[in-house]
Amino acid sequence: MYRNLTIRQKQIVWAWAFLALPVLFYTVIRFYPTGNAILISFQNWNLLGSRTWAGLENYQKLWNDPVFWKVFKNTFVYLLLGTPISLVLSFVIAYHLDKLRFMHGFLRMLYFLPFMTSAVAMAWVWRWFYQDVPIGLFNNILAGFGIPQIAFLQSTTNALPAVLAPAVWAGLGFQVIIFMAGLRAIPTSYYEAAKIDGVGWFTVLTQITLPLLRPTIVFIVVFSSIGFLRIFDHVFNMTTNNPGGPLNATKPLVLMIYDTAFNGFDMGYAAAQTVVLFTILLVVSLIQLRLLRSN
Amino acid sequence: MKSHLKGLVLAGLTSSAALFASAASAVEIEYWQYFFDARVDAMETLIANFEAANPDITVTMTHFPYADYRTKVAAAIPAGEGPDVVQLFYGWLNDYVEAELIQPLPADTFPAAQIDAEFFPMVQAMKDGDAYWALPTAVRSLALFYNERLLEEAGLDGPPETLDEMMAAAAAMTKTDAAGNITQVGITAGMTAQDHHWWREGLVRQNGGEPYVDDYRTVNYDSDAGVAALEFYTNMFLGDPPVTAIGFMDEPQAAFKAGRAGMHIDGSFRIGSLADQRGLNWGVTELPANSDGMRSNYSSYWVNAITTKAEGERYEASVKFMEYITSDEAMQIWLDVVGELPAKPSVGLTEENANDDTFGPFIRGLAYANTTKFANESGQRQLMVEMVERIQLEGMAPAESLAIAAEAEQQLLDEYYAE
Repeated sequence: MYRNLTIRQKQIVWAWAFLALPVLFYTVIRFYPTGNAILISFQNWNLLGSRTWAGLENYQKLWNDPVFWKVFKNTFVYLLLGTPISLVLSFVIAYHLDKLRFMHGFLRMLYFLPFMTSAVAMAWVWRWFYQDVPIGLFNNILAGFGIPQIAFLQSTTNALPAVLAPAVWAGLGFQVIIFMAGLRAIPTSYYEAAKIDGVGWFTVLTQITLPLLRPTIVFIVVFSSIGFLRIFDHVFNMTTNNPGGPLNATKPLVLMIYDTAFNGFDMGYAAAQTVVLFTILLVVSLIQLRLLRSN
Repeated sequence: MKSHLKGLVLAGLTSSAALFASAASAVEIEYWQYFFDARVDAMETLIANFEAANPDITVTMTHFPYADYRTKVAAAIPAGEGPDVVQLFYGWLNDYVEAELIQPLPADTFPAAQIDAEFFPMVQAMKDGDAYWALPTAVRSLALFYNERLLEEAGLDGPPETLDEMMAAAAAMTKTDAAGNITQVGITAGMTAQDHHWWREGLVRQNGGEPYVDDYRTVNYDSDAGVAALEFYTNMFLGDPPVTAIGFMDEPQAAFKAGRAGMHIDGSFRIGSLADQRGLNWGVTELPANSDGMRSNYSSYWVNAITTKAEGERYEASVKFMEYITSDEAMQIWLDVVGELPAKPSVGLTEENANDDTFGPFIRGLAYANTTKFANESGQRQLMVEMVERIQLEGMAPAESLAIAAEAEQQLLDEYYAE
């Protein structure tokens, strides 16, 4: 049978033979669980017993749950603060680092180091920084100058930015590297032409560098948005005693899902939250891709 | 070369044959618990003793981090993979029974009447008709740990006996720096640790209330007694001057361990980790009484049960193992290694144990302890945490915050029992 196929058909058979493995892999570990999660979101299940149909009950509960709306808001605060801050910071660092020759490699390594550090270890070190006197680093410094201490994590207003700061810092190294690669990819002839024309640095930046960096910016925005929408490890580790606290001030959606599933054992409700997160991620990514698509 | 290969194959065959032979004559059962250093050590000792007495039975212990425990058990047993004997929190029993993950203990080996008579009464929550579903090796209760050096430094001659004395002692041991920041707390506080148990079963009852009615299905602490209990509690860190701070040194037990806290309320399971702390001179006393001399405590326990996976000779072996780990001998080993209290008065209330400087206060506390029946322990604790945070961070009146917590907890209980 195989012998009777044309060369083109044989090529297709071979292509699919090789593709079968990743396709199977994705089906089993990505598509099947995704489908299953959507299914569970319409059921009640406590992990131990049998699953029973719940209809839209879980979604109704979600809609009426004030904690969910608080968490929903937090998730977007993480996104709307985290993405622009890290984008601007990483661009400024990359832009200047690119011009620097002295100790260039060493500095780049310093910026990249946090990205390689385990998020758990980093979160615990920052958690210690933020403690009150007598152990917290920041507050001990403040107290040394006789300044009243600041409640970093024990505050409904300060806690979220305090948790976000190390998360931004941790992702910075990666974004700096990507930006630098983007900057290097811009042909120098454009800059030479600008130099000959006697154009100022600001015009060069806004007319040459930024437009040509567009693909890099799209990539970083999408990548870091998804990261901030899925933020979990920093929050969880900095607030383990009271996950997402105080008063849910730092709780992101992923942490709520974890808590509902593995402390409350309400898998149906957790799955409904997961479906909502999935939808948000999908919509945000699609919008960003469309907005930032090159003309 | 060929003969080499032959020899290898032959050797492999004989060794695997030997393996199978030994496996055939012995029963191997599996025991699962969550990972906590001292508990694993204690169980290793128990298993070694049991295997010595029953050479034909091998017990393999597997342990997991607490966070994954329930998920793994739930996934493994229906698949026929999991443990034959499993350890679970008393509050989870209903879920396990309903999901048919565990089977009742045989009434001839574990007669209900005998267990009723021999074990502390709180164990009866595990009984269903004439059979017990599960039994604990050990139980836990709360007590007041105190730092002897700080007590002495503050000029106090002994640990406090009443709540008023406790507040006075805490005030005497609190230290602040020039800026007014607390650098040493008189007593630790934090609903995230054991304080929510102390508040529910201790302070509320000591103020004349009853935290729950209707077999813990109806919240009853939204009362004058509840408000008084909550005001007493929040007064510790909101009073003038405060004698503690929430989140001081991150965790209450860390502050006490570091010698920066005068007193600390915690469970008997903390003994093991404090005992190894160099330079910390600590003592322990019963939870303080109210002005009428009334004391109240909280107790909880982990139970062992036989799963539905155990059948035939594995079942027989599991019953034998259960018999051993609920024996007097096992309880004494558990007390010595883990610091958790024997589940039988006959072992716990021996002259030696009840008067022990360290275990005594916990064991005496069992006599006036109540066991909260949780539907979702971490969820119910979280409500207590938030109840205090609303007062501390948002300036809400205690009565108002208490009412919100009571309503939310009632909703949680209703949802759980509706299923």
